[in-house]
Amino acid sequence: MLNDLKQYLREDKLKHILCSGCGHGTIMNALVHAIEKCQLDRDNTVIVSGIGCSSRIPGYLNFNTLHTTHGRALAFATGIKLADPQLKVIVITGDGDGSAIGGNHLIHACRRNIDITTIVFNNNIYGMTNGQYSPMTPVGSYASTAPYGNIDRSFDLCKLATGSGATFVARGTAYHVTMLTDLIVKGIANDGFSVVEAMSHCPTYYGRKNKLKSPVIMMEMLKKSALPLTAFEKLPAEKTEGKYAIGVLHHEPAPEYTKEYDRVIEIAQKGAN
Amino acid sequence: MSRKKAVITINYDWCKRCGICAAFCPTKVYDTDNSGKPIIKNLDACVVCRMCEKRCPDLAINVEEVK
Amino acid sequence: MIEKKTRLLQGNEACVEGALAAGVTFFAGYPITPSTEIAELLSLYLPRIGGKFIQMEDEIAGMAATIGGSLAGHKAMTATSGPGFSLKQENLGFAIMAEVPCVIVNVMRGGPSTGLPTATAQGDVMQARWGTHGDHPIIALAPYSVPDTFYTTIKAFNLAEKYSTPVVILLDEVIGHMREKIEVPDHVDGIIDRKSPEKSPEDYLPYEAGPDQAPVLAKFGSGYRYHVTGLTHDFTGFPTTDPKQVKYLMDRLNNKIEMHKDDIIEAEELELDDAEIMVVAYGSVSRSAANAIRSAREAGIKVGLLRLKTIWPFAEKHLKKYADQVKAVIVAEQNQGQIVYEVERLIGCQAPVYAENRYDGELMKPEQILNRIKEVYRNA
Repeated sequence: MLNDLKQYLREDKLKHILCSGCGHGTIMNALVHAIEKCQLDRDNTVIVSGIGCSSRIPGYLNFNTLHTTHGRALAFATGIKLADPQLKVIVITGDGDGSAIGGNHLIHACRRNIDITTIVFNNNIYGMTNGQYSPMTPVGSYASTAPYGNIDRSFDLCKLATGSGATFVARGTAYHVTMLTDLIVKGIANDGFSVVEAMSHCPTYYGRKNKLKSPVIMMEMLKKSALPLTAFEKLPAEKTEGKYAIGVLHHEPAPEYTKEYDRVIEIAQKGAN
Repeated sequence: MSRKKAVITINYDWCKRCGICAAFCPTKVYDTDNSGKPIIKNLDACVVCRMCEKRCPDLAINVEEVK
Repeated sequence: MIEKKTRLLQGNEACVEGALAAGVTFFAGYPITPSTEIAELLSLYLPRIGGKFIQMEDEIAGMAATIGGSLAGHKAMTATSGPGFSLKQENLGFAIMAEVPCVIVNVMRGGPSTGLPTATAQGDVMQARWGTHGDHPIIALAPYSVPDTFYTTIKAFNLAEKYSTPVVILLDEVIGHMREKIEVPDHVDGIIDRKSPEKSPEDYLPYEAGPDQAPVLAKFGSGYRYHVTGLTHDFTGFPTTDPKQVKYLMDRLNNKIEMHKDDIIEAEELELDDAEIMVVAYGSVSRSAANAIRSAREAGIKVGLLRLKTIWPFAEKHLKKYADQVKAVIVAEQNQGQIVYEVERLIGCQAPVYAENRYDGELMKPEQILNRIKEVYRNA
């Protein structure tokens, strides 16, 4: 099966730079499967990223790929999509890149409902720079800049995206790969701004700092912590500690930005004649 | 009852020996050697669920069903 | 015959007219005084020609989306002022590194920080040169009138496309907001459009530059799949740390501008043939300087003006031409002295170089420069 996906990979650039057992690799795997399912045309697809571990992934994908500055992937991607709405645009970002330095671009891309699918590789840490805490590091976790335990409350990225106006919001994990692939497929199919938060794990930094000794143990964590939305909603509040819902969390169509801009062009051209 | 037959190929150049394929295989097809390298121990047990292929962070596993 | 329409326009409006004449089809930006007219007019005009305008969430995003628009094949621009220009610097560096053509207009106002939003200044000439981190080349142009703004903007787009690089236009607030008569032609010759790769997608290497050292970046979606990164990369576009490749890229980026200096640099030499004193000025100050040298000539002082229209790369040749001839040089600027150091570095050992400055938000008047010319003349 993987052999069928090789057209989407830049095989000469692999193996990748991600650490052994990195959840990001698995999510990249799911993304490639989703692209295959959507039959995306390689020439007409642009994959944009910011800075960080996840943002190195476009380099391995055989599309038009753009590795931008820290946090700014969505702003570059917005320019590309508006400039040429025929292009399919996918953004790969991380929890630091997407919710800290790039948080403003994220909420505004949600608000505009521009047809871009954003996959947030959330490993709860800044992996590329040695494991500092991010806005998605759980309270009480350790990080290289939280040696006494993290006191910063974390974002619920999916609620943030929903509240900001994204028309498709989903969460999956690197353990539940079949579901994750399906969520990415649905995100790509949504005619508007889609956010898929992909729960990942960083064995090298988050794992070591938090006594999660192997990628396998961290995958077990993903398995235990994630519950399908319907099951999660049935949990009494006191039992939701450390757990989160996975699946499609929000889907509500709204006018897509580039199509709205086409209307602007129509109005402007009528007025001019 | 006829069981599915599989051919599993592991690209050891890409594999980083994380052990995820072996740990989560529902039918215990894999073993790992001392270095963590996955070894196909029991191919007959493979039911071609492809979870190892899909979970592999290194995109190093290919599972084909033999018909 | 080119048909001309005489109009009364602001510098900012002439910038928009020039951009449209050059073929702009994409603008992304963020509102900031004193540049807002540029965004407002393009929001009106671009959709009429099927182009795209977007007001982004911040200045950083404005620069990023401009680069995105360019990679998708559009002639793209943004406009800002000092604080916004500061915020754009990182992505300006990205455009330099990834060699993405685009135009950045900075209508300069008083700084530092929020400074004087509605008052004129020329305090960003060094920021234009070195605002983004790391060694890099830059092209920065500074028009001095409304008609000059029109043609300078066209030139900026042409240079951006020709050398696959960002180009900065440094308007000062006076030039941006003053109104002058301008004949806007219906058609402008010599517009340079983006090159398309000559090679097939299979053989295409995005950063394999031709003899002119400039790469040909295919439009995203045109069948050429390649990788663009701000990381140091080799000719394939992929990251490298190989010292040879790193040096090659750094040298090529620099050479791309250095070897075409004669094409890029423009300066006007006014009354310099027999001049004993040379005034160096740019933008609105060069208008006061032109007026001052006329008055000084009437008073019998042999003085001329070197009007810089290209700030970066610096007009070294033009300056050196008069270095042995003149007895003194006055560099008049609407800042505490920035270009004066460049002049001093280049010809300071041949002639004394004096700085004449104003930085209180008011424009530099001819009398100030005239008085300095007289003073320097008396002491020369």
